[in-house]
Amino acid sequence: MKDLLTLIGSLPPLAQVPVVIVLFLAVAALAILLIEVAPRPGRKYTVIRAVACVAIPLAVLLLLGSVIWAAAVAAVLGGVFFVLDYRSKKGSGYLFALVGFLAPALVLLAVGLVYPTIQTFIDAFLSSRGRFVGFDNFVWIFSQPQNLVVIRNTIIWVLVVPAISTAAGLAYAVFIDRARGEKVFKALVFMPMAISFVGASIIFRFIYAYRPEGESQYGLLNQIVVWLGLPPVNWLQHAPLNSFLLMVVLIWVQTGFAMVILSAALKGVPTEQLEAAELDGTNAWQRFWNVQVPGIRGSLIVVLTTISIASLKVFDIVRTMGTAYPDTGVIANEMVTLLQKFETGRSSAFAVILFLLVLPIVIYNARQIQKQREIR
Amino acid sequence: MTTSVQANPALPEGEVRGALRRTKRRLTSRAATIAALVIAVLWTIPTFGLFVTSIRPRDEIIRTGWWEVFIRPDLTLENYEAVLFGKDSLLGPFVNSIAIALPATVFPLVIAALAAYAFAWMRFRGRDLLFVLVFALQIVPIQMALVPLLSLFTRGFAIGGETLYEGLRGAGAFSQVWIAHTIFALPLAIFLLHNFIAEIPSEVIEAARVDGASHGQTFFRIVLPLSLPAIASFAIFQFLWVWNDLLVALIFANGQAAPITRALAELTGEFGRNWQLLPAGAFISILVPLVVFFALQRYFVRGLLAGSSKG
Repeated sequence: MKDLLTLIGSLPPLAQVPVVIVLFLAVAALAILLIEVAPRPGRKYTVIRAVACVAIPLAVLLLLGSVIWAAAVAAVLGGVFFVLDYRSKKGSGYLFALVGFLAPALVLLAVGLVYPTIQTFIDAFLSSRGRFVGFDNFVWIFSQPQNLVVIRNTIIWVLVVPAISTAAGLAYAVFIDRARGEKVFKALVFMPMAISFVGASIIFRFIYAYRPEGESQYGLLNQIVVWLGLPPVNWLQHAPLNSFLLMVVLIWVQTGFAMVILSAALKGVPTEQLEAAELDGTNAWQRFWNVQVPGIRGSLIVVLTTISIASLKVFDIVRTMGTAYPDTGVIANEMVTLLQKFETGRSSAFAVILFLLVLPIVIYNARQIQKQREIR
Repeated sequence: MTTSVQANPALPEGEVRGALRRTKRRLTSRAATIAALVIAVLWTIPTFGLFVTSIRPRDEIIRTGWWEVFIRPDLTLENYEAVLFGKDSLLGPFVNSIAIALPATVFPLVIAALAAYAFAWMRFRGRDLLFVLVFALQIVPIQMALVPLLSLFTRGFAIGGETLYEGLRGAGAFSQVWIAHTIFALPLAIFLLHNFIAEIPSEVIEAARVDGASHGQTFFRIVLPLSLPAIASFAIFQFLWVWNDLLVALIFANGQAAPITRALAELTGEFGRNWQLLPAGAFISILVPLVVFFALQRYFVRGLLAGSSKG
């Protein structure tokens, strides 16, 4: 496996693309074919099964370069697995198919997300040399003034950005609802969604750019200030203001998202309700507040939670725009900075704090999903 | 409204009301249109400004703001030339972005489609709980997973001196980025595709079962063709996500494998030096997602709606 990857890696980047994709699809197709034929009765299929029992452990051996893993897989496949499968109530081959369909995803998730998350929790209580230090990393975080600023900033981000982007997106969705050129209007505001945070940060760097008074400004914001007859401001140097200016970038990106979701939801509000309210003599504002907003409550919550999570995880914007400026740090960025200084313990402690901040949202959403599945 | 109706008794009441309502609606909609126009312009100006800056000559960029172009229209492609073929060319990172994004879109798609089918149409104990767990993983910040995953890639995994997994050291520059992106995409991919696959009428699936189709056949012959729109929307989603990503790139794509976002982020770090090249560089990185976005906007929006309005 590693040799294969090394071989592919020696190709020019663009040539690697078709090679790995074709290889991957071939392996996937082969696996599904195996799932298909494995449970069928008959001599031919017995041979295929026997081959599978040898070939799969062999593949694991090549893939992971470990004899132990290969032996474990062989034991599972050759031993309990087939017996269990034939006894399965759902018909023979069911368990085989189930594992075949689910295992790749679940194994990857377990290895790549569940195990690392647990490891990070452990790391948070270790020093960067791997010695157990109890809560020292957390004590360090909460005793440093600049870290408190980082946590405060993160909380401000998660309060301000979702509120403003959702409000702006909703207002825009209402304004353009059934208006002429709705599609064009939508596309214009939605477009920033396609732009990377790095790109967006560069765009806004040029808007906030500053030159001393008297020189010609190349930042739009300062040019407007100068046109108004005021002295230019070095926007990103002023401590509480600069964080808000960085938030504008995320708001700029996320408003389009809110608008698209809410616009679709608004179209789902029955026109009869609106007409009935209109006949009752309500004005546009009352109709909006009492009929449309309750009608899209579900979507509003979805939009708010999604943007909240995005704001909690924000990192690219601060990194590409604000690192040179005072007091702009947020948790997600601080983590990476510490990581690059090989401070794994402190970095993990920050990750745990971030996780704790996200946790309520996770629980809330998981419960919603569970309810939905119960209804189904 | 009522007063005017009383003042004009010659006309039937309903007609007047209707006319009034129409004018009023037109007026409010006109105000709304203007407000919408203002927002649309505000939202577009930043990108437009960057684009104009990127096609102005070097000296002009340094000297004045992009709006001066309306006074002295002087346009050139020299910045793009410099960014693509000059020193510190962004062409390599640009190609890397393609080499990272395409496989990192296909891999999770295939793996997630299989899992989504299992979650939607195969019955097993603990299915709902497992599904909720997978969903919850989608919200867990990937920051939590970065460090241990990186050490798994570079150092492998060992228990008691026995190497269980030797790691990916020296295994091609892109392999760890591909795998990392694949893993991080799976929760959303499974969730999104599941929402769609579960909506396929059960009669269709059951009919196939009755005809003796196995799960593999059902998946290939029925579920896969029917869920192509969802697959397309996730593919776009994932492609844009990977293309625009910086976090995973910073941790997993080193040196030769650095994608354009990372190269740009490093370029911004040295804002003092070649900063007049930034707009052109940024625009090159924005171009691919914008083309994908405008060409396939319909699918993108559908993916967004399926992914979130149900969650």
